[in-house]
Amino acid sequence: MKTLLKNCKIVNHNNITEGNILIDGDTIASVSAKADEKADKVIDCGGKYVVPGLIDLHVHFRDPGLEYKEDITSGAKAAVAGGVTAACPMANTKPVNDNRVITEYMINKAKKDGLIDVFPIGAVTKGMEGEELTEMGDMTDGGAIGFSDDGKPVMTAEVFRRACEYASQFGAMVISHAEDKSLAGAGVIHEGEVAAITGLKGIPSECEEVMVARDILMSKLTGAHVHICHISSKGTLELVKWAKSMGYNVTCEVTPHHFTLTEKELLTYDTNAKMNPPLRAQEDMDAMIEGLKNGDIDCIVTDHAPHHPDEKAQEFDLAPFGITGIQTLLPLSLALVDKDVIDMKDFVRLTSYTPARLINKSDRGEIAPGKLADIVVLDTELEYVFDEKLNRSKSVNTPWMGKKLKGAALYTIKSGNVVFEFPK
Amino acid sequence: MAYKRKDLLGMKDLTKEEILYLLDTAQKFTEINERDVKKVPTLKGKTVINLFFEPSTRTRTSFEIAGKRLSADTINFTASASSTTKGETLLDTVHNMEAMRPDIFVVRHQFSGSVKYIAENTDVHVVNAGDGLNEHPTQALLDMLTIRQAKGDLNGLEVAIIGDITHSRVARSDIWAMPRLGINLRLFGPSTMIPKHHEVFGCRVCKNMQEAVEGADVIIMLRIQRERQGKLLVPSTKEYAKFFGLTKDKLALAKKDALVMHPGPINRGVELMSNVADSDQSGVLKQVSNGVAVRMAALYILGIGSNKGGYDENAS
Amino acid sequence: MTQKEIMNEEEISRTLTRMVSQIIESIKENDGICLVGIRRGGAYLASRLAQILKTAGRKDVLLGFLDITLYRDDLTTIHDYPVLHGTEIDFDVCGRHIILVDDVVFTGRTTRAAMDALIDLGRPKKISLAALIDRGHRELPIQPDFVGKVVPTSLNEIIEVRLKEQAGNDCVLIQKTA
Repeated sequence: MKTLLKNCKIVNHNNITEGNILIDGDTIASVSAKADEKADKVIDCGGKYVVPGLIDLHVHFRDPGLEYKEDITSGAKAAVAGGVTAACPMANTKPVNDNRVITEYMINKAKKDGLIDVFPIGAVTKGMEGEELTEMGDMTDGGAIGFSDDGKPVMTAEVFRRACEYASQFGAMVISHAEDKSLAGAGVIHEGEVAAITGLKGIPSECEEVMVARDILMSKLTGAHVHICHISSKGTLELVKWAKSMGYNVTCEVTPHHFTLTEKELLTYDTNAKMNPPLRAQEDMDAMIEGLKNGDIDCIVTDHAPHHPDEKAQEFDLAPFGITGIQTLLPLSLALVDKDVIDMKDFVRLTSYTPARLINKSDRGEIAPGKLADIVVLDTELEYVFDEKLNRSKSVNTPWMGKKLKGAALYTIKSGNVVFEFPK
Repeated sequence: MAYKRKDLLGMKDLTKEEILYLLDTAQKFTEINERDVKKVPTLKGKTVINLFFEPSTRTRTSFEIAGKRLSADTINFTASASSTTKGETLLDTVHNMEAMRPDIFVVRHQFSGSVKYIAENTDVHVVNAGDGLNEHPTQALLDMLTIRQAKGDLNGLEVAIIGDITHSRVARSDIWAMPRLGINLRLFGPSTMIPKHHEVFGCRVCKNMQEAVEGADVIIMLRIQRERQGKLLVPSTKEYAKFFGLTKDKLALAKKDALVMHPGPINRGVELMSNVADSDQSGVLKQVSNGVAVRMAALYILGIGSNKGGYDENAS
Repeated sequence: MTQKEIMNEEEISRTLTRMVSQIIESIKENDGICLVGIRRGGAYLASRLAQILKTAGRKDVLLGFLDITLYRDDLTTIHDYPVLHGTEIDFDVCGRHIILVDDVVFTGRTTRAAMDALIDLGRPKKISLAALIDRGHRELPIQPDFVGKVVPTSLNEIIEVRLKEQAGNDCVLIQKTA
């Protein structure tokens, strides 16, 4: 089947061109097709921006085990509604993704739905217990692209060192959710002004930074690619910049909420603003924006973390950490373009091109002949209220529920098929 | 003067006028507590439920007496004897209580923000009897009432709060309320017990006990809870007493007629030495008496607070 | 709204003096005259009556003030938060003859509340009622013992007793609403 996308403003990480994209099967055949090229399906993009499908390196699809929050199908539906065509689910499922069977289950389930590709992140240690390494080789063979114990970070330096050494041998990165649990204690929000005001227990930035520093040094020691998850503090960014300046194999990611919101959201004790790492101070948020602007931050990810409404409707201390985000990734990132922090090429680099490179998927992240036809037609000017009708996730735990957003995916095309159209 | 809020959740958002209205009303109630017949019919037929999700005897007793002296029916619901341990959610518990048609909830909860959360999800008036580390508004009111009775005017007074500021809801409520009435606050405690971002309080943080006490009109000593806050914050009660406790000698650095207060219960020989606690400079028991009056004022103001119909001054 | 003055300063003063003579007549020397004014109007009038009594040579005058806000039966329907003025009675009411003083007696509900409030303080031997104005329309079986002036009114009229202590001048006004 052939599909023609007419009148596109094609954005790649390095240029913006105008043209017509011809898709043949699951592959891009041409980006300079004639406007009257024969095709089974023709979409007139009306001069709108067309970008490579977004790749979200950090999601929680809760499948297997916690399907009441989300499953791979609902997660994928939400993903394509947010212009995301590939996502990397974290290993903290139930049971933990610490073996090839679960890795392949995730991949195959997504494949069956045909909405997005799933590239699982395996656990570093068995059961995320921080003791024994998982069968990283086998899991990489099965399709895992990296390893992380996520919210239960590896607290022992030696275990982390061995994980780095072993994972890098199979070309997979080690993903570090940097948090010194002993320093975080019973903390539930950033240890800043708002913690002092609200009496909510604080988690200092240093809790993240001390582990970032260790993990950078482990990268130095082993040469492994260490990718720092959802950085949230100014100090973390400084450490990553230092690591890069030293030539260590370290990359990092940031979430839209950490470059859009601050601890101020917590003044109302809103559990939908409770996440880990917590929303930090203004200067931290400003640093995240600066990092995106300067290219020190490699990519934008969502840390999409669905929770059932009953779980969030609790005492603040008891409510779980995390917010959904895969459907708000686009508008919140495009807001940076609107504010001239980044341009459209940077947007593509941060949300698609670099993520594809980080997981060694050279078949995507670009709109070019021969690449996979994962394409999103954007309407950067579209304004709408993000409500439960638009929401595709099983969960609604986001501070943006009911809020006005600007910018959305008009069409999301996965391997040549239109898998999402913005509801008229 | 008026208090038009549905609830009394904390001092942070109250205006000076609202605080004064509460204090003035409480002052009038102190008289009732001195009578033979310590009861007025004001809240006859109203039901007050003390919803305590954290054990407390004295605050609950104080609220219970306050409710009874206003002729309200007061019922105690404590979490240990309740369904929360059976896995019922907080809101389900609250809605179950609400279905019995009470007029006021007095709520104590171990987590900051939980009382506000309850108030937002019920039509019943809510009085915060302490939420986590956040606020304990009636304690701040009784502190100020006690100070006002002893010193007359609050404006310009030097008040020191000494102890575990970070983990004290009493401190937070005092910190929001007192400066609003012109009090100059200074804070002191072990560095492990001073919030990292204390600058948001706008109070002076002292370097040592001498500085904290010097020239103070009022000294509020906080209860140290070593068993609760973990042994990392203070090495020993002996060491605490030496550097952070109020002794007769240190008290001598304060104004001659300085008033010593404590939210209770006191750890004698730790934060407060017996010869200070029992001296005539101690306002501790006065605080307890005023606690009843303040809670009566809170229940009264919320209990009658349904704005219906007009009031004719002449309808006598 | 129409408004008419029905008593001026001089008439009020004369009326109070007459009420004092009635009180003196009914209470024997040395039995003690205990005036308890109902806040707020009645409190000012009680103070004035006490003053006139003292001028008239009575040395056995006790004066107190009663705040009946907490005893009102319409507390939850009044439109704004009432300010408590407090009860100030620094003598024991037990065994005494108490004269409650109010500015206007109308439905009788204030008097009922005042009696309740008083009885919570102790057991008086007797309670009497003195009022500057009786405007009728009683809703309870209560009658004043000492009345300054009986003013027939309709229900849509308002009687306003203005006193120097509060309003700056002395007068009684009758206002017709609607």
